Amino acid sequence: MKPNRDVGIAGYGAYVPRLRVRTADISATWRGRGGAAPAVAEKSVPGADEDVVTMAIEAARTALDRAAVDPETIGAVWVGTESKPYAVKPSATLVAEALGITPHTVAADMEFACKAGSEAMQAAVAFVGSGMVEAALAIGMDTAQSKPGDALEYTAGCGGAAYLFAPADLSLAVVEASVSYVTDTPDFFRRETAHYPEHGSRFTGEPSYFRHTLAASRRLLAEVGCAPADFAHAVFHQPVPKFVEKAGAELGFTREQIRTGLVAPRMGNAYAGSSLLGLAAVLDVARPGERIFFCSYGSGAGSDAFCFRVTGRIEESRHGATVLDYLDRRRLVDGYGQYLRLRGKIRTA
Amino acid sequence: MKDVFIIGAAQTPVGEHWGLGLRELGATAIRAALADAGLEAGTDRIDALFVGNMLGGAVNGQENLGALLADAAGLLPIEAWKVEAACASGGAAVRAAALAVASGAQDVAVAVGIEKMTDTVSDRLAAGLASASDGDFEASHGLSFTALSALLMRRYMHETGASREDFAPFAVNAHASAAKNANAMFREPISVEDFLRSPLVAAPIGILDAAPVCDGAAAVVLCSREALAAHHRPIRIAASAAATDTIGLAGRGDLLTLGAARSSAEKAFAASGFGPKDIHFFEAHDAFTIITALSLEACGFAPRGEALKRAAHGCFAVGGCVPLSTCGGLKGRGHPVGASGTYQIVEATAQLRGAAGANQVPGARVALTQSIGGHGSIAVTHVLEG
Amino acid sequence: MDLPRYHRLTAPYYRLEGQRCAACDAVQFPPRTSCGACRGADLKPYRFSGRGTVYSFAEVSQPPRGFVGPYVVALVELEEGVRVTAQLTDISAEEVEIGLPVEMVTRRLQEKGPHGYLVYGYKFRPCLERSAARRAS
Repeated sequence: MKPNRDVGIAGYGAYVPRLRVRTADISATWRGRGGAAPAVAEKSVPGADEDVVTMAIEAARTALDRAAVDPETIGAVWVGTESKPYAVKPSATLVAEALGITPHTVAADMEFACKAGSEAMQAAVAFVGSGMVEAALAIGMDTAQSKPGDALEYTAGCGGAAYLFAPADLSLAVVEASVSYVTDTPDFFRRETAHYPEHGSRFTGEPSYFRHTLAASRRLLAEVGCAPADFAHAVFHQPVPKFVEKAGAELGFTREQIRTGLVAPRMGNAYAGSSLLGLAAVLDVARPGERIFFCSYGSGAGSDAFCFRVTGRIEESRHGATVLDYLDRRRLVDGYGQYLRLRGKIRTA
Repeated sequence: MKDVFIIGAAQTPVGEHWGLGLRELGATAIRAALADAGLEAGTDRIDALFVGNMLGGAVNGQENLGALLADAAGLLPIEAWKVEAACASGGAAVRAAALAVASGAQDVAVAVGIEKMTDTVSDRLAAGLASASDGDFEASHGLSFTALSALLMRRYMHETGASREDFAPFAVNAHASAAKNANAMFREPISVEDFLRSPLVAAPIGILDAAPVCDGAAAVVLCSREALAAHHRPIRIAASAAATDTIGLAGRGDLLTLGAARSSAEKAFAASGFGPKDIHFFEAHDAFTIITALSLEACGFAPRGEALKRAAHGCFAVGGCVPLSTCGGLKGRGHPVGASGTYQIVEATAQLRGAAGANQVPGARVALTQSIGGHGSIAVTHVLEG
Repeated sequence: MDLPRYHRLTAPYYRLEGQRCAACDAVQFPPRTSCGACRGADLKPYRFSGRGTVYSFAEVSQPPRGFVGPYVVALVELEEGVRVTAQLTDISAEEVEIGLPVEMVTRRLQEKGPHGYLVYGYKFRPCLERSAARRAS
């Protein structure tokens, strides 16, 4: 897919909370000794006063600060998440208010499991590309939910990133093309009144993550006429590091191409924020002229794939906190008990 | 303005009065003060009742305390209403009564300070106390009443190099006097070691820096010179003054100068003709030790940042140059918030009459009282002469 | 804090928005009906940078209704010279000292139970350490 006019990322910002829980503390509570090591050593945990809204605001502030775009021209704000603070009431209006870009803007929350953030990116490209608005903000952010003791609890992390899309001449990375690939695949879901998502265990792999990721990726490569070797970096949705390595290898990307954008080992899977955070980590170090390959995955299921080309604006658009700044800012919670309290998993009434 | 005299003064014991409500506490203090003045409700002429109270609405769910207490004390249909100035309410009620008499509009006026804090044991009390601060920009951000004082204390320690221990003399002195006051809540002396061992409630404030939650009511009867009778033992209100400062701490140019306390003290000294050196004892608003220090400095008993050094030399202890909180103060006697300012006047009256018993300051003739609300956003200062 | 009151305070709470006086250029927070410096009435919204230093601080162990302790509160002196009272976040009391550089973040202030509304507003946290500075040092 390509918009009527060229569009790109004019500013980006990331956010990862400060707290971490060691997955060894989780397994010490739920698993016997001698089991397989958890997929990641630690994962990010939101502070008591943090949620998707506060995290989105911080990431978006960085994005706006980095962009050579008048905030007055931002005509759309979308927050893609599956951990909205309110089931009904938009997060996006609160984010927009905090950024000072109300009232003349489109605003809504998007839901598509872990690809809600890239869904917002597709919409932003379309809105700006059509000329309907001059700039649009797409955010993917999650405080990922997981049932105590469930396999997901060992990886469900928190974080995400915000992208301000604008016409190509204002962009630090231009969108060369994008594709979406969706089917109805019930590999992971959460009912309206449930606290935690359910998942299809092994069904989440081959028929779900891999099928959609690989199909969307291959279609994008065909659409832009590029081979994996043409890209400096490749970023994927990161439920566990192993999935990314396997998908990348199957598509023909090297470990080196995948390394920079793979943030899950240090913070877990930030659901709708996961691939967007990986992209931010890549933009933190990308050089002008480089191509970046991006493919998200969200259960339910689908993938959005984007091809970006980095412009000369990148060097002047990287002030503020990097993904590494956030990953290096870490404080371990005081064991599994404090983690449960912070995640609201202790029943007090 | 006409001279105003205190002709009656009384108080209920301070403490946790689980069996008594606003009605009982208030009526008891009012009746006792009238009796002290030789007046009888319903018989003698009494023109008005001013009720100093802070938390009636927030904690007791009871406003309109003028009518409530006029009725309870048998003073109907007397003119009566509530005066609210946070923790300075008790001082403000006395000033309101004094103004009424000084203006000539009234001849005999009663002021009662009352607080019934133990009607709740929930976090409603903390929220009520915090309502003395800036609601939108302090209390709504989780700043407790104690935390705001702790911000003052931390900055004071930073600027002066003071340690927590340096604040101990105020608490030790207050408990020593309270131990000898039958109406006081705390009858046990404390040591510096006790002070240092006490748990922190809002670091750097420890529990022994802070006055306790309690109930109490105190009342005074004021009258004009014309209304004085031979049997009275009148104490003259040599000056009554009040002033305000920014409600939020953030708005103050010099955080460590309590502008309202200083301004009201300066006005009171100017009006009375007395200065800090003429004061025989000082009933300070020692709700927190830091407030004591700042009040002493605001009133001119020590230069800015020097109050603790003078306290270390015993200047504010019994027998010192300016004995402080001679009946236990808010810290030792107890701090039923909206009543404390009236307790100060009642206690000062006893001292000036030479009736303070074991806590009597020998030869006391001129007293200063200062009632401070909202961390210095409002202050009422009185000079009394015996 | 009830909903209408919270909504009235959106600009200062979400954006640390105060005012700049058109007459004397002074800035102030929170907003007032006149300039605190010159009493001028021509005041324009002014968004503070959010950067400042800790002027004083305290730890709240017994929080008022609607808050969960312990947490740290502070007087923050903003780089524009104005002080603001707020909670500190992402830090424990032992790590705070007067003069600590801090920056504004928007966080949850109050939660009215699991079914109630959320109150968001400014807090301050220690300035995020930048990797560039870290690597240089």
